[in-house]
Amino acid sequence: MITTWHKIKHKLIGRTITEGILYKVFIYLLLTSIGYIFLFPLLFMLSNSLKDIDDLLSPMVIWIPSKIYLTNFQLAFQTLDYFRTFFVGLSVTLLPAVLQTFIASLIGYGFAKFKFPFKNVLLGLVLLTYIIPPQITMISKYVLFTDLGLTNSAWSIIIPASFGQGLNSALFIFIFYQFFRMLPKTLDDAARIDGANRYYIFFKIAIPLSVPAYVTSLLFAFVWYFNETYIAAIFLGGQVPTLQLNLVSFAQSYTALAAANQHFFSINEGVKNASTILAILPMLIMYFVLQKSFVEGIDKTGFAGGE
Amino acid sequence: MKMTHKRRDMLVGLSFIAIWIVGFAALTLYPLIKTFIFSFQDVDITVEGIVTTNIKFENYRALFKFDLNFMDLIRMFVEEIFIYVPIIIVFAMMIAVILNQKIRFKGVFRSIFFLPVIIVSGPVVAELFSQGATTLPLIEQYGILDIVTNTFPESISEPLEKMFSEIIFILWMSGVQILIFLAGLQKIDSSIYEAAAIDGASPWEMFWKITLPSLGNLISINILYSVVTLSSFATNDVLRKIRIDMFSPDEGYGYASAEAVIYLIVILLILGLFGVIYLILRKRSVRMS
Repeated sequence: MITTWHKIKHKLIGRTITEGILYKVFIYLLLTSIGYIFLFPLLFMLSNSLKDIDDLLSPMVIWIPSKIYLTNFQLAFQTLDYFRTFFVGLSVTLLPAVLQTFIASLIGYGFAKFKFPFKNVLLGLVLLTYIIPPQITMISKYVLFTDLGLTNSAWSIIIPASFGQGLNSALFIFIFYQFFRMLPKTLDDAARIDGANRYYIFFKIAIPLSVPAYVTSLLFAFVWYFNETYIAAIFLGGQVPTLQLNLVSFAQSYTALAAANQHFFSINEGVKNASTILAILPMLIMYFVLQKSFVEGIDKTGFAGGE
Repeated sequence: MKMTHKRRDMLVGLSFIAIWIVGFAALTLYPLIKTFIFSFQDVDITVEGIVTTNIKFENYRALFKFDLNFMDLIRMFVEEIFIYVPIIIVFAMMIAVILNQKIRFKGVFRSIFFLPVIIVSGPVVAELFSQGATTLPLIEQYGILDIVTNTFPESISEPLEKMFSEIIFILWMSGVQILIFLAGLQKIDSSIYEAAAIDGASPWEMFWKITLPSLGNLISINILYSVVTLSSFATNDVLRKIRIDMFSPDEGYGYASAEAVIYLIVILLILGLFGVIYLILRKRSVRMS
């Protein structure tokens, strides 16, 4: 009797708490419920985006629509001017991300592999550019860019990115700084003995060895540029559309279209949710395909090892 | 010969970062100084360009004396930071510690917790807020909000209420932090835990004596990351007001610049305070061990 009790107890609680079944059950329950909380807004949007007006109003329909209603997506797709917006938007999302990644790697390499005066001061200033929200300098930058004729065009986003002052540029500089410092110095020395110059070493040795850092940085930069709307709204002045910016003005665009088109019903939660899902869809697809580069990148690139 | 070699090396190094120095001077330092100058001016936009008049502290005086709304938004922002950041840090650490154990479907859970990082944007969050999709149905069903408003004075209940209604948003902001902690945990040598277990340490003790101290640096990185992300996020009310005032004919660039300067000072003070708290806790933990 006592031994069976002991056996059960041992199974349930384990030698230490973390080995017992009770603990395991608790942990999985916890993870599953937190997972549900995380996905809740997405499920909520998805469910509502598939509802027609009757389902939206019906108190009986909570999660599962009585029928799959795709008209919301069709109208949202039309209102967002989807494909055109996405591809034109790449000039202020993907392009600055690519430039920023390359420039950040150049700067990071300079800090990692060379000695020069005031290096630590400069690194401190890089950190400062990270801490200062871009919105603080936005007003005078807007004046400057207007004088130079750069506002209302993609240049206003591309130029800061190409000078290492783009969205979270400092973070990427630190990632590359950290990553290049971990590359063995012997590689450089060997190449230099062979007469290679430093630029050659950077392009032919450092870059090929750092592909994971480039992939992770590019993905994050793309995601952040894709989702940024505050600066973009002001500097682009509506001249370069992006999906996220069109999402901000979705209600107006929809109402305007509805006035001219018979098949548009008056705006409701269903079509709004469909537009939100469509706007995040490119990122969702990219995430499902490249998940590993995202989640493992942080570990591999030494993102977590910085100062 | 050696000197020239060293010198050449230095110049090559500077050539790598030259683009940053130019960018920093033109696109960060100059605008920063200019914003500061604007904050003491009345900035008018005319057909011929921008006309500025020095008005000394007039913008600041107006801000502190008459614009109660702005100072209120700043106060709410500070409250938000000091409630949200600890939640994010503790939550991220908890999830990371759990995911660092032998767990099935670890990859799936990790992907779910990181997913929000990919889709979180101003318009998306604003849309979710407006539909009440950032709070848990449970919180509403059980009337937790009512209990909070009825039991606490307004100064406490207001931020708590906001916290409950935005709880999913807060958790959504912890994706990167979870992965940073996870990366740190994986670097801890497992033999330390084995040795501690042989000495009879409980998992609870091991967390406080081994795990937490070795995450020290990452905690400060995560605090910094969280504060910076929250203070530049598009749905931030202070930023929203700065933008409105910037393009308003009554307030304009000068006034908005003064707001920006105050906001920056507040952010620096917050980070400074976190830094001090961090150093004190660290000192204490060093003394204890």
